[in-house]
Amino acid sequence: MYNEEMTVSIRKVEAARAANAALEPRRMTAEEKDALLRTYHPDYKKGEFRTLKIGANAGEQVPTELAALLQGHSRINPDKIDLRHADYDVDVLIIGGGGAGSSAAIEADNHGARVMIVTKLRIGDANTMMAEGGIQAADKPNDSPAIHYLDAFGGGHFAAKPALLYKLVTEAPDAIKWLNDLGVEFDKDADGTMITTHGGGTSRKRMHAAKDYSGAEIMRTLRDEVLNRGIPVVDFTAVIEIVLDENGAAAGAVLLNMETGEIRIARAKTVVIATGGAGRLHYQGFPTSNHYGATADGLILAYRAGAKLLYADTLQYHPTGAAYPEQIFGALVTEKVRSLGAKLVNVNGEVFMHPLETRDVAAASIIRECSDRGNGVPTSDGVGVWLDTPMIELKNGEGTIEKRIPAMMRMFGKYGIDIRREPILVYPTLHYQNGGIDITPDGMSCVENLYVAG
Amino acid sequence: METVNVFLMGKKYEVPSNLTIMGAMEYAGYQLVRGCGCRNGFCGACATIYRVLGDPELHACLACQTKVENNMYVATLPFFPLVKQVYDMEKIKPTEQIMMQLYPEIYSCIGCNACTKSCTQGLNVMQYIAYAQRGEYAKCAELSFDCVMCGVCSSRCPAGISHPQVALLARRLNGKYLAPHTQHLDDRIAEIRDGKFEDLLSSLMNKPIDEIRELYNNREIEK
Repeated sequence: MYNEEMTVSIRKVEAARAANAALEPRRMTAEEKDALLRTYHPDYKKGEFRTLKIGANAGEQVPTELAALLQGHSRINPDKIDLRHADYDVDVLIIGGGGAGSSAAIEADNHGARVMIVTKLRIGDANTMMAEGGIQAADKPNDSPAIHYLDAFGGGHFAAKPALLYKLVTEAPDAIKWLNDLGVEFDKDADGTMITTHGGGTSRKRMHAAKDYSGAEIMRTLRDEVLNRGIPVVDFTAVIEIVLDENGAAAGAVLLNMETGEIRIARAKTVVIATGGAGRLHYQGFPTSNHYGATADGLILAYRAGAKLLYADTLQYHPTGAAYPEQIFGALVTEKVRSLGAKLVNVNGEVFMHPLETRDVAAASIIRECSDRGNGVPTSDGVGVWLDTPMIELKNGEGTIEKRIPAMMRMFGKYGIDIRREPILVYPTLHYQNGGIDITPDGMSCVENLYVAG
Repeated sequence: METVNVFLMGKKYEVPSNLTIMGAMEYAGYQLVRGCGCRNGFCGACATIYRVLGDPELHACLACQTKVENNMYVATLPFFPLVKQVYDMEKIKPTEQIMMQLYPEIYSCIGCNACTKSCTQGLNVMQYIAYAQRGEYAKCAELSFDCVMCGVCSSRCPAGISHPQVALLARRLNGKYLAPHTQHLDDRIAEIRDGKFEDLLSSLMNKPIDEIRELYNNREIEK
């Protein structure tokens, strides 16, 4: 499947493979990372951001594409909306049918609430479904919530809200247990020990996985549980405005049937926004690993209702999106490929960084390799560097790829690339929004009764 | 630009040859509301059947994962009514009887193998159904693991089996009841509940940023 120029480069990668596999590349110093990020990370490109003129974050910078939506007009005429007659009346209205929305629905149901999910696609058509590598929790004897806290706080450049991070690291093991009890098939040894690997920037192996379909396995289980409980799911319906009561608290939402264009009103005691990310806005023209519905709906809804955003100007570019072939341009190549031992190699067959730096550092490093250093491999859509997957089998034995990352093998296999024998081309892809809606540790935004999960 | 002719829902369009079927539909001007989800082959929203002119065989695929071919006749299958039985995971047990109770139609399998032949993921569907029939849920779970629940197998099944739902039940039974129990997870949850890490966490959280930065930059990293 590779063209001639690529094949020439592959020969160099192959020639250096044994030496590269044995190499333990130096990790960058804090100063080197700082300089690298400032020069090459897309978050630092000033021209790609705009200052907000209205709303709770007026005066702050957000990506140009997001600013246009946050400050846009409503798509409905308030005179034509009759709020006296609600079509749905529930205790908890959940907007979004991904992992967070489904989990919230199950827990609300557990506590006896009347709950309803509304989603503009189907339940489960979500980024959760696409998470490949795994889910982190400090549950091994050599690990602790405190080490997890330090890894995550440092990995996030010490900008996290401590109370939220505390909640994350102390409740993560519970979340794994909760999922396991629902029947999620985590990878385990014969004695029940979780098989865990490193993620970028982790100091302990705490990434739990279900092969490389981790998110899909979680999502299909959650979806099944929502259906078992008979929780109503209104699908192919987008929420287009949050409704506030006379005291400014969230009291429901205006819904739009995506197929018929019909408007419906939902009344609720509590509204939960679980709409996922914004990758499909394609900030700065980057490809994205995100699903079709990741268009920042939640940010816009909440902002218009008066909620405050946090860190809307910082995005996560996953360092390894597929750069070739173009049918899967931007698709996620899981971090697990690097966790298992594949290194990043340039056009000349040289390893140019430690493969497990944090994602921002790895992305910036790849962009530098492909731009100023001129060591990228040209593709029809741009440029990429090699991720030398055959190293995995060299290091861990034949069959490792099929057993541990079958989705990757299938994704490239469809285009005639056998990742057990040939390396793959990668380039950063728009993956997460690091920020979102500012919340308290119990998940509430600064609008009363408007909660956020994700 | 090299182009091919494709017939989307029977109507002819000329599209660039390097597109996926989904890309071709958008190129032709379709705005996709249904039949499009993750665009990466994980969610099963874009099940599609097609036939290439001159070839009598009907093929099934995911529209986001399949390149267009010349003279390809495409019909999307964005929804297929699977049978989903309702059960309480806390009450059911991984016995052979549970499949008989919930999905008895699996025992009507006539062995035609149309499911396997149509699987968009290339799975051995008929074999995993055979494991389910025998109550071998761990094997059924393993063999069906890559299922994206697109439903194409069920659309071709003369016995009316909803294969993806059978497999999902097997996987949940396996994950919850058959896979070995994880003791270190229970231990850690108990330690957190008993406050074992509170002092460590609060001392870390109360340090000045420079000190935390120092700790982070010099932390020991497990090999």
